[in-house]
Amino acid sequence: MRAMFMRYPVLICLLLAGYAFLYLPIFSLIIYSFNESRLVTVWGGFSTKWYGELLQNGPLIDAALLSLKIAAMNATLAIVLGTLAALALVRFRKSRGHASLGIMVTAPLVMPEIIIGLSLLLLFVAMEDLTGWPAGRGQTTILIAHATFSMAYVTVIVQSRLAHMDRSLEEAALDLGARPLRVFFTITLPMIAPALAAGWLLAFTLSMDDLVIASFVSGPGSTTLPMVVYSSVRLGVSPQINALATLFIAVVSLAVLIASVILYRQQKKDN
Amino acid sequence: MKLSFATANPQKLIVAIPWLWLALFFVMPFIFILKISVSEPQLAMPPYQDWIREFEDGLLTITLNFGNYLLLLEDDLYVSALLGSATIAGISTLLCLLIGYPMAYAIALAPSHWRMPLLMLIILPFWTSFLLRVYAWIGILKDNGLLNQLLMSIGLIDQPLQILHTPVAVYIGVVYSYLPFLVLPLYATLVRLDNTLLEAAADLGARPLRQFMTVTLPQSVPGMVAGSMLVFIPVMGEFVIPDLLGGPDTLMVGKLMWTEFFNNKDWPVASSLAAVLLMLLIIPFVFMRHFEQRTAEEEK
Repeated sequence: MRAMFMRYPVLICLLLAGYAFLYLPIFSLIIYSFNESRLVTVWGGFSTKWYGELLQNGPLIDAALLSLKIAAMNATLAIVLGTLAALALVRFRKSRGHASLGIMVTAPLVMPEIIIGLSLLLLFVAMEDLTGWPAGRGQTTILIAHATFSMAYVTVIVQSRLAHMDRSLEEAALDLGARPLRVFFTITLPMIAPALAAGWLLAFTLSMDDLVIASFVSGPGSTTLPMVVYSSVRLGVSPQINALATLFIAVVSLAVLIASVILYRQQKKDN
Repeated sequence: MKLSFATANPQKLIVAIPWLWLALFFVMPFIFILKISVSEPQLAMPPYQDWIREFEDGLLTITLNFGNYLLLLEDDLYVSALLGSATIAGISTLLCLLIGYPMAYAIALAPSHWRMPLLMLIILPFWTSFLLRVYAWIGILKDNGLLNQLLMSIGLIDQPLQILHTPVAVYIGVVYSYLPFLVLPLYATLVRLDNTLLEAAADLGARPLRQFMTVTLPQSVPGMVAGSMLVFIPVMGEFVIPDLLGGPDTLMVGKLMWTEFFNNKDWPVASSLAAVLLMLLIIPFVFMRHFEQRTAEEEK
C-alpha cells in the first residue's frame, strides 16, 4: 500500500498537467470572447459586443436553427435504433445476424468521417437515380447519415446498462403473467432510462458537431452550423466564433451540472 | 411478405430493424465506393445524374476502369499522403499513450468517490464542439498567438516561432482531440486489475517500478490496444485538424480526398482513395475487435 502512495505525487502532477492541456484552450476561447479588440489575441478591454454581433448574424442563426432541428430528430431516431441494437446484442445472442450486427455497430465508431460521408453520398445519388428517392439532398439525407453513426454510440451506452442490469424484476413480472411488451415498457425502459437520456444527449451533440459528413450529404439550402463556422474559421480567427464557443460551453456545462445533481439525488434516494 | 413480417416474432424484428438500417446505410455505401472507384473519370463530371452509365441502349456494357488505382500508385502524391497519414496517426497514438496512460492510471488509483468526477473532467471537453476546440488552437499557436506571446514575454525566444501550419500543430491538435478516446478504455482496464497480484509482488519485495513493469503494464495491454485503435483508425482519415492547423506540406489522405472531391470534382479518384484507405483500416479494426472481445470476456 505504501508503494502505491510513493507513486502518487508524480502521477498526480501528470494528471493535473493532462487536465491543464485539455482545458487551457477552452478557457482561452472563453476569455477572448469578452475581448473588445478584433485582434483575438490582443486584450483590448472587457466587452460583450461580439455576443451582440453574433445574434445579428442572420446566416449563422439560420444554420444554428437547422442544426438544432436535425440534432433533435437525429437523437430521437438514434435512441430508437440504438436501443433495438443493444437489446439484440445483449438479449438475443443466439439469433441470426447477431455477430454481423456486432461488427456493423462497432465499425461506425472508428470509421473516418470522410469515408462515411463520401460513401453515403454515392449511395444517395445512386438511390435517387434508381428509385427517385431521396429527391435531392438536404435535411433528410443529413438526418439519415447522422442517425447511422449516432446509433452506434447509443448502442454502446445502452448495451453496457442492459448488461449490468438486474433482471429479477423482469423475471418476476413475466412470472406474474405480464406480456413481454408490457414488461419492456413498464420495467426495462424505466430501468435503462438514464442510459437513454445520456444516449440522446450524446447523439444530439454528435449531430450538432458534425462538419465532414454533413458537407458531403447536404444540398443547397441546407447549411448546418458547423459548415458556417468552418467557412468563417478558414478565413482566420474571429471573436464572434469565440462568443459562439462560449455559449456552447455554457450550455454543455449547465446540462452536465443538472445531470450530475439529478444523478446524485437519485443515488442518495437509492441508498 | 407483409403478413410474415407482421406475425414475425418480436425477437426477430428487434434484430432485423437495426441490422437492415446498418446494412443499407453503412455497408451498402461501401459497395458504391468500390463501384465508382472503377468507373470512367469523364463520366464523373457534374451533374452527378450522369453517374450510372453502364446500361446504355438497353445493353449492359461493363467497362471497368482500374486507371484510378494505377494513378494512385503512379503519382507520388497519393502514396505520400497515405504514408503521411500513417506516420501522423502512429506518432499521435504513441503520444496519446504516453500522456494518457499516467492519467488513466492516476484516476484508477484515486479514491473511489473521486473517480467519477475525474472521469467526467476527461469526457467533458468531448461534449463541446470538436471544430471549436480545434479552432481554439489557432489562437494559441499562430505567430502572434498566446503561446508565442508567453514564450517571448519570459524571454525564451526573441522571434515568434512558426508553429501553426506545421506538422507540430497537427500533432498537438490530434493528441488534444483524441486523448479522451484512449484514456477511457485504458481506465476501464486498469480499474479492474487484480490487486492481489500486485500485493503478492510487493510482498515478494518487488519495487514499485518493477511491480508496474511486470504486473500492471502487461495486464493493461488489451486496454492499451483497444484505446490505441480508437485513436489510430479515425486519425488516419482525419480532415479538420490537418486542414485548419496543418500547412501545405502536411499531406494526409483525408485532406487529399476532400480536395479531390470538392475542389477537383474527381469522384472516381476520391472513391478509389477511400477504397484503399478502407482496405488498410480493416487490419487495425480486426485487431481492435479482438482485444475488445478479450476484455469483455475477462469481465464476465
